[in-house]
Amino acid sequence: MSTLTLSGINKRYDNGAHAVRGVDMDISDGELIVFVGPSGCGKSTLLRMVAGLEAITEGEMKIDGTRINEISPADRDVAMVFQNYALYPHMSVFRNMAYGLSNRGMAKSDIEAKVRETARMLRIEDYLERKPAQLSGGQRQRVAMGRAIVRSPKLFLFDEPLSNLDAKLRVQMRIEIKRLQRELGVTSIYVTHDQTEAMTLADRLAVINEGKVEQMGSPMDLYSDPKTLFVASFIGSPHINLLPARFENGELQVGATTMPGFEALPEGVPLMLGVRPEHIAQHPEGAFEISVDLVEQLGADSLIYGAVSGFNGDEPHELCVRAGEASQREPGELLKLNFETDRAMVFRQDSGERLV
Amino acid sequence: MKRVQFERSTVPYFFVAPQIAIIAVFFLWPAAQAIYQSFLLEDAFGLSSQFVWFRNYEDTILNFAWLQSAGFTVVFSAAVTLGSLSIALLLAVKANEVLHGSSSYKTMLMWAYAVAPPVAGLMGNLMFNPFIGDLYTAMNVLGWDFNQKLDAFDAGFVVILISVWKQVSVNFIFFLSGLQGISKGVMEAATLDCRSPTKRFWTITFPLLAPTTFFLMVINITYAFFETFGIIDTTTRGAPGGATNTLVYKVYTDGFLGADLGGSSAQSVILMLMVLALTVFQFRFIERKVHY
Repeated sequence: MSTLTLSGINKRYDNGAHAVRGVDMDISDGELIVFVGPSGCGKSTLLRMVAGLEAITEGEMKIDGTRINEISPADRDVAMVFQNYALYPHMSVFRNMAYGLSNRGMAKSDIEAKVRETARMLRIEDYLERKPAQLSGGQRQRVAMGRAIVRSPKLFLFDEPLSNLDAKLRVQMRIEIKRLQRELGVTSIYVTHDQTEAMTLADRLAVINEGKVEQMGSPMDLYSDPKTLFVASFIGSPHINLLPARFENGELQVGATTMPGFEALPEGVPLMLGVRPEHIAQHPEGAFEISVDLVEQLGADSLIYGAVSGFNGDEPHELCVRAGEASQREPGELLKLNFETDRAMVFRQDSGERLV
Repeated sequence: MKRVQFERSTVPYFFVAPQIAIIAVFFLWPAAQAIYQSFLLEDAFGLSSQFVWFRNYEDTILNFAWLQSAGFTVVFSAAVTLGSLSIALLLAVKANEVLHGSSSYKTMLMWAYAVAPPVAGLMGNLMFNPFIGDLYTAMNVLGWDFNQKLDAFDAGFVVILISVWKQVSVNFIFFLSGLQGISKGVMEAATLDCRSPTKRFWTITFPLLAPTTFFLMVINITYAFFETFGIIDTTTRGAPGGATNTLVYKVYTDGFLGADLGGSSAQSVILMLMVLALTVFQFRFIERKVHY
């Protein structure tokens, strides 16, 4: 039952790299927060600062209102699951899980009971006497989780824990992590670069870019109402369609096409129009025209890729359209499209700020 | 399970022939010679010899000088191995924590490796020289009535000190690379699980270094047994009164200086058997506790 507060957190390395820039965050009890961003954006550094593995250059971190900046990692009462599991290779699974407990002075019989209970929950009871080297990747992952859970910490920290698993196992473990976190109700931070993982797991999502939190909110908020160009392009699969645009004479010019329905945008500034693939409709009298390059059949729906006509060659003008049912379109075909104006977004190209 | 049998060919024997030849010429033949010699009693000029069965062995084992030498060898080897391993481990752990100027620090610690044992012995001899030796003076100034020429303990101290100093650098290199081979994630997981750095060292770092430690232990015991010959020959030469006479050095003095080839051969055969027993013991009982 814990809350975590970050205020004005900064991380500067000796070589001058500014990895985390002024992060403020309030995490309430039992929440699962996901830090997502491209690699090198500072999300892992921020997590490691919470764990105490990296010093905090500036700012204050509080668990349940108590400042933890100067508290040693072992005394912060946080548990971490590492990307490469970081199991103790010379200890059995049982001892791996018991190690943290016995160092905290728990009685032997209590440790035994606690480890067995956790092992049952994670279905690893049969492997308790084995060494990590004798386990499969998925089993090691469970042991790493078990080692964190068994301590009943105030915070769970996950540092890309699923990236070493194959695709099927990853989906399975993702669901399991979500279920366990709900059951145990422990406040958690989960770091990933995989936006699907982020969307499915998070209560709230923090999109991090170049050491700053670009936006924080529920997955659906971030998807339908991104505040910046970066968030819009990072969240969503397939990616949002981005077309360069200009506001001239009171109208939005997208390539050779004029899009009605936009008012009071700054003139003479390079803009970017963003439209999600599912907000594009095929229409015999559509304002945009694409020549189909490729059709991806996903079963329930299909994705049509093509280049928009009326753009100069060097401007990006690839478009992806989600077609409701299995589409019969063939490459080379010309397709007329309409954008849903009220769902379309407009960003400034220079600052990435969202205007509409 | 059925074993696959390949057609026999003589070609592979040609490939291993050079190695076999080297082993035969430089190990098997001298060893056989030593065993044969150990049953002979020769006159001082090597002109006549007599087959005496196990008399040489009897004379060796029942001799006080040999027992004294065996006792010193055990104490010496244990002290050198333990001393050089623990000092090297301490230095490696500290060097591993150094962030600035670590490469020059490491290089300096490795220098001693380039010094040959007799040279190390010679340097030690000068430092402990009663007339010009700084360490000799320092010891006496500090109140230790130090004289390695007269006192058995002091003489032992000198050879052990030099042997340890010479070996620390090798052990340091191995320990350092062993430490750097431990996954950073594992150490971080341990910082979250255990508050005390000392406890972390003994429960995580040291067990993970065990393969390195075991390897070094075997190497160091061999070093203390055989390679310290040069150090002893350039410092105490077994003095005072054979108190620093290791078994290998005694083989040399009895055989080459005392011209007792039969007795010296018997001693080296016993030495061979001791090393064999020690190796079997190390691999049987200690290696089992090592996690690779």
